[in-house]
Amino acid sequence: MALLEVRDLEVGVAIGGKVLPVVQGISFDVEENQTLGIVGESGCGKSLTSLAIMGLLEGSMLRLTGGSISFNGQDLLALSPRARRAIMGDQMAMIFQEPMTSLNPVYRIGDQIIESLRQHRSMSQRQARARAIELLDLVRIPDPERRVDSYPHQLSGGQRQRVMIAMALACGPKLLIADEPTTALDVTVQKEVLDLMLDLQKRTGTAIILISHDLGVISETCDKVVVMYRGKIVESAKTATLFSNMSHPYTQGLLASIPVVDHDVEWLNAIPGRVPLIDEVLPGCAFHPRCSFAQASCATSPPSADYVSDDHLVRCHFPNDRPSGGEAGGDA
Amino acid sequence: MFVYTFNRLLALIPTLLAASILVFLFIHLIPGDPASILLGDTATPEEIAELTRAMGLDKPLWTQYFIWLSNVVQGDLGTSVFFREPVLAVIASGAETSILLACMTMMWIIVLGIPIGILAATRHGTWADQLASGGAMLFASVPTFWLGLYLILIFAVGLGWFPSSGFPSITDEGGVFNLRYLMLPSLTLAAPNAALIIRLVRASMLDVAREDHVRTARAKGLHPARVAIKHIFRNALIAVAAAFGFTFAALVSEAVVTETVFSLPGIGRLVVQSILRRDYPVIQGVILIIVIFYMLINLLVDLAYARLDPRVSLS
Ligand SMILES: Nc1ncnc2c1ncn2[C@@H]1O[C@H](COP(=O)(O)OP(=O)(O)O)[C@@H](O)[C@H]1O
Ligand SMILES: [Mg+2]
Repeated sequence: MALLEVRDLEVGVAIGGKVLPVVQGISFDVEENQTLGIVGESGCGKSLTSLAIMGLLEGSMLRLTGGSISFNGQDLLALSPRARRAIMGDQMAMIFQEPMTSLNPVYRIGDQIIESLRQHRSMSQRQARARAIELLDLVRIPDPERRVDSYPHQLSGGQRQRVMIAMALACGPKLLIADEPTTALDVTVQKEVLDLMLDLQKRTGTAIILISHDLGVISETCDKVVVMYRGKIVESAKTATLFSNMSHPYTQGLLASIPVVDHDVEWLNAIPGRVPLIDEVLPGCAFHPRCSFAQASCATSPPSADYVSDDHLVRCHFPNDRPSGGEAGGDA
Repeated sequence: MFVYTFNRLLALIPTLLAASILVFLFIHLIPGDPASILLGDTATPEEIAELTRAMGLDKPLWTQYFIWLSNVVQGDLGTSVFFREPVLAVIASGAETSILLACMTMMWIIVLGIPIGILAATRHGTWADQLASGGAMLFASVPTFWLGLYLILIFAVGLGWFPSSGFPSITDEGGVFNLRYLMLPSLTLAAPNAALIIRLVRASMLDVAREDHVRTARAKGLHPARVAIKHIFRNALIAVAAAFGFTFAALVSEAVVTETVFSLPGIGRLVVQSILRRDYPVIQGVILIIVIFYMLINLLVDLAYARLDPRVSLS
């Protein structure tokens, strides 16, 4: 049994009395000690998927409309809010995309870490503070004894994200969800923060869900990859399999969009067009308007997700019988 | 903090000087000769000539100003035409009522405004929120004198729970129980301002609730009540504190009406009566004191603001 088992997860957004589906049929496993990558352009439902797993959808227009989430053998959706909160921040923790705004501006960073610790562990203020300093040291904040009393605005973006990591790791979670943890950071800092996370993973054995729109980052760090497009999984496989045998035209397009650091233009988007909005009705494959291999049937019937090999899932009518172009692989 | 406060106090001096010029000119801007204005309608020509000389009104204006200013600095705000007493003493006699009224009003604004605002924000969209927001909207738009009269009708005349007028000093017989005389006036004065605070607390909390750091707090597994108070309200308080400065300005003018409606022997009613009596030195003195108070309150608000928001640096 995997640490996290997500089955047919569905998230909808309530607009004008209706609930429009935004995330549909998401299934994947995360094993202990492993890193799962979720990749896709912005607006594809990566954040909603992770918020649903974390239990942070409530209180907004967003609804978990179906599916199941099992964590550590527990059915998360059957738990009381109180029992769910006991897991949040303790066994399961999350860091977010926006380090500049993810810390409370009016409290010292040490106190924010201490709050996490004391929420789940019976510790004195003094013990918690000592532990907070250790954690800051662990995430390589220089001079942690002094920094523990800093306010967020006194730190750089990279340092704030390190504080977020320290806070997330405070209780030694089994699963860390990192939703585009480096997207908002400078390129040089991005690598440092990512290396830090992976290094800490090696020491603590925490499983990680790493969300990114950068397939390059995913290829270097993840054991398994899930590619999402417009709320659905379009391809998923072990990283090695995926990169040796990319079968969905969207995944191929993403690979070709790997950022060009040397240029002013940060992204070289190889896929024309944009992700359809949630209220656009598409009877066929959601990707067909942007797909250079689309055939007539792609516009009318939605493709199902099928295994092209063990563990390699593709949602495409023509995963293999395409003229081989770019990184497209041969037959599975 | 101390250096900042000291500097801010120093910075008040030019503003105060400017205000003092306006207040001083007030009496010269009224049509007519200041001495006859000060002495009132019944003065004889001899008295007017006498006062003109005594007050130095025959001297150049700027000399008069400096004489007046040096008196003011020494605590001499002139003599009331009506009471024939020093203005400062006249104002001081109304100070107890007005200060106690202000304190009770502030208490109501905080005790009613903040919890109801928090309730409306945390129960956003429910009937509790609609009741609180609707009530706040109503009370924010009701004129002070009208609310005062209604409260008198219901709680004084109808139910007989509270007295409707006057205020014996708390040093008189009855002691602190005399504060019940201030119950209806303070509620009258507090209602529109508490309503403002309710709406402000609610709106800023709803704003803060959408901020990213609130999601971080929830991701820690904190109880929703703790998230609401320690994280959302605490940040919303920054915007609310800024509004307290404005509330004070509104309070001053509303206090004049309230003290009149409830016949309270306070500074507000003194102003109204002094205007009717054409007791200009008293009006002048009250304006000066209100200006000073207003500036000090704003300084306090700024200091509170800096304490609430670590991003604001005091320098
Ligand atoms: N709070 C929300 N209310 C309404 N729609 C939302 C909300 N959050 C996200 N969405 C919509 O859901 C879709 C998926 O969003 P998201 O999960 O944030 O994408 P990603 O993280 O992949 O960029 C988007 O089309 C977005 O507009
Ligand atoms: Mg996102």
